[in-house]
Amino acid sequence: MAVSRLASSSSSSGSSLVKPISAALSFTSSLRRSLSSSADDSTTLTIETSLPFTSHNCDPPSRAVETSPKELMSFFREMALMRRMEIAADSLYKAKLIRGFCHLYDGQEAVAVGMEAAITKKDCIITAYRDHCTFLGRGGTLLEVFAELMGRQAGCSKGKGGSMHFYKKENGFYGGHGIVGAQIPLGCGLAFAQKYSKDETVTFASYGDGAANQGQLFEALNMAALWDLPAILVCENNHYGMGTAEWRAAKSPAYYKRGDYVPGLKVDGMDVLAVKQACKFAKEYALKNGPLILEMDTYRYHGHSMSDPGSTYRTRDEISGVRQERDPVERVRKLLTSHDIASEKELKDIEKEIRKAVDEAIAQAKESPMPEPSELFTNVYVKGYGVESFGADRKEVRARLP
Amino acid sequence: MIASMRRFGRWVSLVSKREFSNSSGFEKNAEQSPKSLNLYSAINQALHIALETDPRAYVFGEDVSFGGVFRCTTGLADRFGKNRVFNTPLCEQGIVGFGIGLAALGNRAIAEIQFADYIYPAFDQIVNEAAKFRYRSGNQFNCGGLTIRAPYGAVGHGGHYHSQSPEAFFCHVPGIKVVIPRSPQQAKGLLLSCIRDPNPVVFFEPKWLYRLAVEDVPEDDYMLPLSEAEVLRGGTDITLVGWGAQLSIMEQACLDAEKDGISCELIDLRTLIPWDKDTIETSVKKTGRLLISHEAPVTGGFGAEISASIVERCFSRLEAPITRICGLDTPFPLVFEPFYMPTKNKILDAIKSTVGY
Repeated sequence: MAVSRLASSSSSSGSSLVKPISAALSFTSSLRRSLSSSADDSTTLTIETSLPFTSHNCDPPSRAVETSPKELMSFFREMALMRRMEIAADSLYKAKLIRGFCHLYDGQEAVAVGMEAAITKKDCIITAYRDHCTFLGRGGTLLEVFAELMGRQAGCSKGKGGSMHFYKKENGFYGGHGIVGAQIPLGCGLAFAQKYSKDETVTFASYGDGAANQGQLFEALNMAALWDLPAILVCENNHYGMGTAEWRAAKSPAYYKRGDYVPGLKVDGMDVLAVKQACKFAKEYALKNGPLILEMDTYRYHGHSMSDPGSTYRTRDEISGVRQERDPVERVRKLLTSHDIASEKELKDIEKEIRKAVDEAIAQAKESPMPEPSELFTNVYVKGYGVESFGADRKEVRARLP
Repeated sequence: MIASMRRFGRWVSLVSKREFSNSSGFEKNAEQSPKSLNLYSAINQALHIALETDPRAYVFGEDVSFGGVFRCTTGLADRFGKNRVFNTPLCEQGIVGFGIGLAALGNRAIAEIQFADYIYPAFDQIVNEAAKFRYRSGNQFNCGGLTIRAPYGAVGHGGHYHSQSPEAFFCHVPGIKVVIPRSPQQAKGLLLSCIRDPNPVVFFEPKWLYRLAVEDVPEDDYMLPLSEAEVLRGGTDITLVGWGAQLSIMEQACLDAEKDGISCELIDLRTLIPWDKDTIETSVKKTGRLLISHEAPVTGGFGAEISASIVERCFSRLEAPITRICGLDTPFPLVFEPFYMPTKNKILDAIKSTVGY
């Protein structure tokens, strides 16, 4: 039963994206261990990833991933929550409760969840503007998400950041960046600080296939490699940089190879277990040897942002094809039901709970007030050096001294 | 007194009787009947004409092939082919540098930066390469064929990275020109002039007006002069200077001030560098008062340059301090945008206090 490798630089837009989940299941059955009962925490399952890892300049990790029923359930719960949250954000945007720009992550949940499963909250994650789910994975609450999206005080950035600027300092989430590619050198700087403080932690700096063509990526990569920084650069390749397909933007869409002297690994980003395995491998590697590139082959169902319908540069058939064949939540659902860890009904009940939780969070977020007008001037400079402008032409400034 | 029959956005005829600005021979009368177009359609027309009239003109940038995020480049790829209208990867520094090289061989390179907020990676190329190319090669080489177009300015909900007005950074660079249109009819003429100007130009388009501003735009090929300001309405009490989308706000303030008996003279600067000092000077010598308004933060904004120059030239004629109504000195906020922006009321307040000084 040979599974064909993902063509790394194929120019066909649709065919390489769709690899059926059924292929994964046919493998798992051959390596399935018997389970005692559905909710037994101590059981370990070994499940094979849907595809083998493709590597560049390093030895790929094994396809067999150790997991447990509890972990699989948590994967399902988290991904379903993220999915529901993004869809709720979609409706809120259309109802004009969320203004500005809103970039949704649905379809890519496996990357966020798989990454979290492999690391601790002391490791750092820094990403671009498609950050709602990553924030949630880092321990953010639904209330913080919706409040920030709607620009309210209860939001994680006090309502001053908006969709693209979620942060959670205590859990090592460094945001949330609007300018494409700008977060990568930042991530390498974080890695340097981690190496310096010798706390055995790493930084995952995520970027997209569009950002992969930015000069600063290569500058940061060179620095990280030169100084052996524990930085893992994660290319979340959803194959479209806004409206431009990867093959039209990159001579070599094999992003995991573009590090050249930096090793890389290509991962099926729709398979949460593969992501977990890859991130675990990457963390061990980076702590010993320096930077690594992970390319997550993933897909976004929505357009680039809420202002983009997402169908002018790709066909609806492609989107629904991926949803049918590779959806990350469905994959875990099938794993759970086929291994008798949970029944369909139980999973549906979980989804109902999630729906309720999301609705409650939205209601609560709506109650939260907008930030005070004086907040316009706070935090421009350090420590409450609030400056207010007044006068007929608003040119006079009054500063509150500490 | 100029017949103020025109309200912003509804221009009846092209021929303008201006008392103060020097009208050169560039403008043509409308020969065909003008069509009602919005800003992005006018820019689209200008690009079509530019590519039509010069076989060595190219349009490139992120996502321009399907029409661009604001539809300014629709139809170009189909009409002129993928060798002349093409997408670039996501690399602003690369885009502008590449454009400079293309222009150095005598081509007209029309580069699009998707939002002016993203122009900073290209800042080095613009300042250090484009602006100095002719100078440092003793006129052997130049990149005059380069035009960089970028949507700028607030859009109501753009937040930090879709609303910035970076014109002031570029106004500090001798060697390039910075042009900002206020309306569709202006945009088409100014853009064609920029493309055909033998100097590198940065052309900022007010994104708020892409759909909002609708005007009769002549269908033919016409150019508007660069480095000439235009007086939009004559007045005797105070001069107001602005550019881009801000002018419509200022116009509303002028109308309100008129009700209080204050006669305002409104000038559109159009080209920020090299700017038309003479027109502004003549106007301020007449009125004795100046108000400058722009969306960019007040400290170090281009209003500061205008203010300083006018004080040098017209000190003894000034009746009141020059006032600037601009954005605040904060990052462009998301929810606080209404507080940040230089609104009509702030301008009106300033007009009154300046006149009553």
